[in-house]
Amino acid sequence: MSFETEQHAEDYWKENLRMMLTLLGVWFAVSFGCGILFVDELNTIRLGGFKLGFWFAQQGSIYVFLALIVVYAVKMNKLDRKYNVHEDHEEPEEFEEALEEEFTQ
Amino acid sequence: MDIQTLTFLIVGATFALYIGIAIWSRAGSTHDFYVAGGGVHPVANGMATAADWMSAASFISMAGLISFMGYDGAVYLMGWTGGYVLLALCLAPYLRKFGKFTVPAFIGDRYYSNTARTVAVICAVFVCFTYVAGQMRGVGVVFSRFLEVDITTGVIIGMGIVFFYAVLGGMKGITYTQVAQYCVLICAYLVPAIFISIMMTGHVIPQIGFGSELADGSGTYLLDKLDGLSTELGFAEYTSGTKSTIDVFFITAALMVGTAGLPHVIVRFFTVPKVRDARKSAGWALLFIALLYTTAPAIATFARVNMIDTINGPEAQGTAHEEAPSWITNWEATGLISWEDKNGDGKMFYSGDERNEMKIDRDIMVMANPEIADLPAWVIALVAAGGVAAALSTSAGLLLVISTSISHDLLKRNLMPNITDKQELTYARIASAVAIAIAGYLGINPPGFVAQVVAFAFGLAASSFFPAIIMGIFSKRMNKEGAIAGMISGITFTALYIVYFKFINPAANTPDHWWFGISPEGIGTLGMIVNFAVATVVARFTADAPKDVQQLVADIRFPKGAGEATAH
Repeated sequence: MSFETEQHAEDYWKENLRMMLTLLGVWFAVSFGCGILFVDELNTIRLGGFKLGFWFAQQGSIYVFLALIVVYAVKMNKLDRKYNVHEDHEEPEEFEEALEEEFTQ
Repeated sequence: MDIQTLTFLIVGATFALYIGIAIWSRAGSTHDFYVAGGGVHPVANGMATAADWMSAASFISMAGLISFMGYDGAVYLMGWTGGYVLLALCLAPYLRKFGKFTVPAFIGDRYYSNTARTVAVICAVFVCFTYVAGQMRGVGVVFSRFLEVDITTGVIIGMGIVFFYAVLGGMKGITYTQVAQYCVLICAYLVPAIFISIMMTGHVIPQIGFGSELADGSGTYLLDKLDGLSTELGFAEYTSGTKSTIDVFFITAALMVGTAGLPHVIVRFFTVPKVRDARKSAGWALLFIALLYTTAPAIATFARVNMIDTINGPEAQGTAHEEAPSWITNWEATGLISWEDKNGDGKMFYSGDERNEMKIDRDIMVMANPEIADLPAWVIALVAAGGVAAALSTSAGLLLVISTSISHDLLKRNLMPNITDKQELTYARIASAVAIAIAGYLGINPPGFVAQVVAFAFGLAASSFFPAIIMGIFSKRMNKEGAIAGMISGITFTALYIVYFKFINPAANTPDHWWFGISPEGIGTLGMIVNFAVATVVARFTADAPKDVQQLVADIRFPKGAGEATAH
């Protein structure tokens, strides 16, 4: 067990799940919500030449997807550190050395 | 220089580049062959994933489909990008920590069962073959149009190239070649889009251009003009679409979940050195994919307006066929555009009602787009190189999954556990060579239903792999009985629904006969729900997963201690 206590392991997983479900909530809201279920309502609003619902379906949802993954990656790295379960620091160097060897061959 | 010579030059130069990379990055061990030695930088891995993912269908067909479907085309845009959120948040980091090469390996080990592994191998091989047949066909189509060889020769050239670097380099060769292929294909996609956007709206960025006012000084928004044109010509309003809300919902969900369950996409996240990189890699992949996917609806809109304007003329009365621009006559020669002068006035007219005289294949829009907009010849040649890059990169990724599933999961783990690393590598190479031959055969003699079978592949992945993997990570207790019962019932339900409507009784394939108004394209979502439900019920009445498996699940839930991906 890499966690210091059982309790830590449980808390880490709970925090992870809460974050995941929140982000998936946003994921569902922009794509299935704004882009599909409420598209007609949103289409009454204009964003320049775009109807808003149409824009969410063909553009906006994709930008939000990208933002969600970035937020998740950043927050999870922080969470890993908080519970001290991140990957060791020595590894990247080893990895780079291995790569160097590969290239110089 | 004419288009022909330029195409030879540009496509030839890209081929030389791919082969050069393949020789430089030759695989020395099974570890190199399967997961590129586990040492691919997240940015490079993101590009490779993007090239792997964006097939001939994304490159050649998608914008054309959207062009004809309007709003409804969003099912592809959201479906094929939204899956990456599921991958990044729910699958990639855990599967990387688990540290095996393949999806069948995860299923087999997590559910402590060779039966589960074999079921997974069969699903993986089937899904990949349906895909790869379409890719080889794509290569053939591009070659036959731009190099003026017949489709068979085109497919054989494509097979030769893929054979060379997939068999020689394995995952390592494929990954670095795919990075180059991504660069080629994205340039080929963006350059014409930017040109056309500037011409039509004065905006450099197509994503902004297609929501802007026309550059002709009329002050009308491009999309409003298109909505107006569409309704006048008897089509549905471009920004509204015709599919029912429930169907759009289910198709989008099936494509998203299918994306997250496709073995050749998942395997990408085993090739990065760390769990942290697996999370990052999904982000990079989606960034590179989004570049193309947000441009596609812009291209769709530009192409549609341009096409209607050229065929119907500025007064919307039709243009004389003798004065037809060269792209119409070029594509008429391939049979993908045809004109029937119904009212005998010698003019072409395109509409959505009885006045229509044109038949236009959706697949030609991207390839014809630069010609429609009168762009220079080198842009047209570049698009040809991009189409070939898209088809080759995806074929290579798929072939690798097929050969790995067979040599590693089937031979090494189930049938011949005593073979050495070297022998296994030889078997992997033989398996990919055989797979290329079969794929080439399917490309030359496509079963009449390649396009339908692609939708089938997504439904299968959504209703089989995705729930099994999710439950394997998020439920410690889920056992082999539940997982196997779930996979089999999900996949059977989905397959039967699709086979019934697509092959047994195609006449009944209308919204009135569909369950809850869900089309066969979207049924994978319901299949996934069936899988989850059956697995949960069966698991409740059978023994929990053994303690050591539960411990394994606990271990994959945090990154610390992730070693390199291993075979055993």
